[in-house]
Amino acid sequence: MSVDTTRAAVPPSRGTAARRASSQLSARPRLRLSLLLAAPLTWLVLVYVVALAALLVSALWTVDSFTGEIDRSLTLDNLKEITTESLYRTVALRTVGVAALVTVVDVLVALPIAFYMAKVASKRAQRILVIAVLTPLWASYLVKAFAWRSVLSDGGIFQWAASPFGLDTPGYGLTAVVITQAYIWLPYVILPIFAGLERVPNSLVDAAGDLGASPWTSMRTIVLPLLVPAIIAGSIFSFSLTLGDYITVNIVGGANQMLGNLVYTNVGAANNLPLAAAIALIPIVIMIGYLTAVRRTGALENL
Amino acid sequence: MRLTTHTSRRAAGALVASGALVLLAACGGGGSSSEDTGAAAKLGENEGQVSILAWPGYVEDGSNDPEVDWVSAFEKDTGCQVTSKTYGTSDEAFNLAKTGDYDVVVASGDLTARMVASKQAAEVNTDLIPNYAGVYDFLKDKEWNTFDGKNYGVPHGYGANLLMYNEDEVSPAPTSWSSVFDESSKYKGKVTAYDSPIYIADAALYLMNTQPDLGIKNPYALDDEQFAATVEVLKNQRANVGEYWSDYLKEISAFETGDTVIGTTWQVIANSVEKSKVKAFLPEEGSTGWSDTWMISSQAKNPNCSYAWLNYIESPEANAQATEYFGEAPNNPEACEFATDPTFCDTYKAGDEDFASKLWYWRTPVAECLDGRTDVECKDYSEWTKAWTEIKG
Repeated sequence: MSVDTTRAAVPPSRGTAARRASSQLSARPRLRLSLLLAAPLTWLVLVYVVALAALLVSALWTVDSFTGEIDRSLTLDNLKEITTESLYRTVALRTVGVAALVTVVDVLVALPIAFYMAKVASKRAQRILVIAVLTPLWASYLVKAFAWRSVLSDGGIFQWAASPFGLDTPGYGLTAVVITQAYIWLPYVILPIFAGLERVPNSLVDAAGDLGASPWTSMRTIVLPLLVPAIIAGSIFSFSLTLGDYITVNIVGGANQMLGNLVYTNVGAANNLPLAAAIALIPIVIMIGYLTAVRRTGALENL
Repeated sequence: MRLTTHTSRRAAGALVASGALVLLAACGGGGSSSEDTGAAAKLGENEGQVSILAWPGYVEDGSNDPEVDWVSAFEKDTGCQVTSKTYGTSDEAFNLAKTGDYDVVVASGDLTARMVASKQAAEVNTDLIPNYAGVYDFLKDKEWNTFDGKNYGVPHGYGANLLMYNEDEVSPAPTSWSSVFDESSKYKGKVTAYDSPIYIADAALYLMNTQPDLGIKNPYALDDEQFAATVEVLKNQRANVGEYWSDYLKEISAFETGDTVIGTTWQVIANSVEKSKVKAFLPEEGSTGWSDTWMISSQAKNPNCSYAWLNYIESPEANAQATEYFGEAPNNPEACEFATDPTFCDTYKAGDEDFASKLWYWRTPVAECLDGRTDVECKDYSEWTKAWTEIKG
């Protein structure tokens, strides 16, 4: 394409230049391929590889806490700190725990909703339900988190609704974080499961029924195994999005910290960018571990 | 194809270059303009605008409360349009100041030394600020606004971190900081504390009074043993803390909903809580506090308007409005006459040097103990920061 523009400066008409370029290209498949791949590859390398490398390298720097100047000599101090200090272990475990819990809650809520949408509802109702599931995504994330802050506050709606049953608001804390995050990421879990269920042929369920399987048995032995890839796809969303979150924790998490908060305080308050970079490696490692485990199950190939 | 790789390489080059710029800005290495030039000798024409980085309630133009406005008069007099940004902690301010986007920064004593050390603050020629003459002498040339005999800013006002409680929920009325430390379990889950490493000094001050055998003489100068004891107090408190606050709006809302009933505060926050009955007071042990300094950034793009602002905010009228609104003592005796509340200066003990000397103004903890001890090394601010994340757990 670029050859095209250089040649276009030469007097002959456009058509000829374009034709010549196209004949050039058809004669050279390698050139064609590299031109096609140049843009996406540049993007991929810049955005992912360079960013990750920058993160890794800056994790090896240190910072002078008094003047805030970055010392660019390489040392493993930050990595040593995050692996040996119990604080980071505690916070990492807490974060993984919250992310796992959010994922479990989301999958449990999403399964019946998606099943109803895909297999029970009429075409018209299905469309309405898809819109209903998507609508919360139109509201800002912050608005939803702050809404939960007021819902869960002392004397808020939650307390009012729960008090007749002798229950009380959980208050701000990890429970509130799990509730809020599960709410916010729910659409991302419903949609893949819904899509997965649509691909399960009704004939299979019918056949199981004809052969005498109870609805529960055909659900367990036919539908769920076929759904595993879709569930895993949904879980990747809710798990990874919760893993990196710090805003919800700040708003409804009370005094608790998650990994994202440690990154945030080290950048925003402590001005320790290298340590923040080192901490940011923890969720990356966890996600790589998670995806590897998922790959082992073969779920990614079915996706 | 040759062209494509060329452009992509150029794009990559541009990205690397801008990345390097960001890094340079982040390191604050670009302060060459202030290094040897010294303070301005005379002023030129006003530039027409000035951007200010300040604590909440310091730069009010009536947009928060139409009654509270001392910026409009300045804009009218000088033709300098003010844009301002507020911050919640000194650390946040430090990072914002280093972007170079702000001409004027108001800094507490735990920030000024860092601003000067990282060459973010320009030397200030107080002769160009006529209203500086009226300022209390005991606020001038102090270790938090004067370095190597050079002035790096002018005083704004000073005040104490107070203890605030919800009068309906907390009884009997507390008198001491112990209600948020040793006795905080009484209000488990409803206690709040300031979310910054500097809050460690509040616990140190408490220990200074309750455990004299630790020998704490200055809450910003803590050796290993004293520091460990202080951190222990805060870890115990953590079990009862519902939320930490650094965003003052968050504290206001938490007190209004009743999610928080007791904790450290500023007077301006107590003034803003409307939906519940709160009281803020100075506990018997005294308190940590602040003495703030208006500084000019070494990267200031509008130095003349910056000087104009410094002179304006030092004037008794403007200073009275700003300090009365925030709830702190003004920087000069004349300001008392301009306050709307005739008891204003008595309330905040303005000019009472004895009282002022009992407040422990925020300082930056450094390894060389601030209380003059030379036989031990004190914990510096990086260790305070680290301990603070550990306390929060």
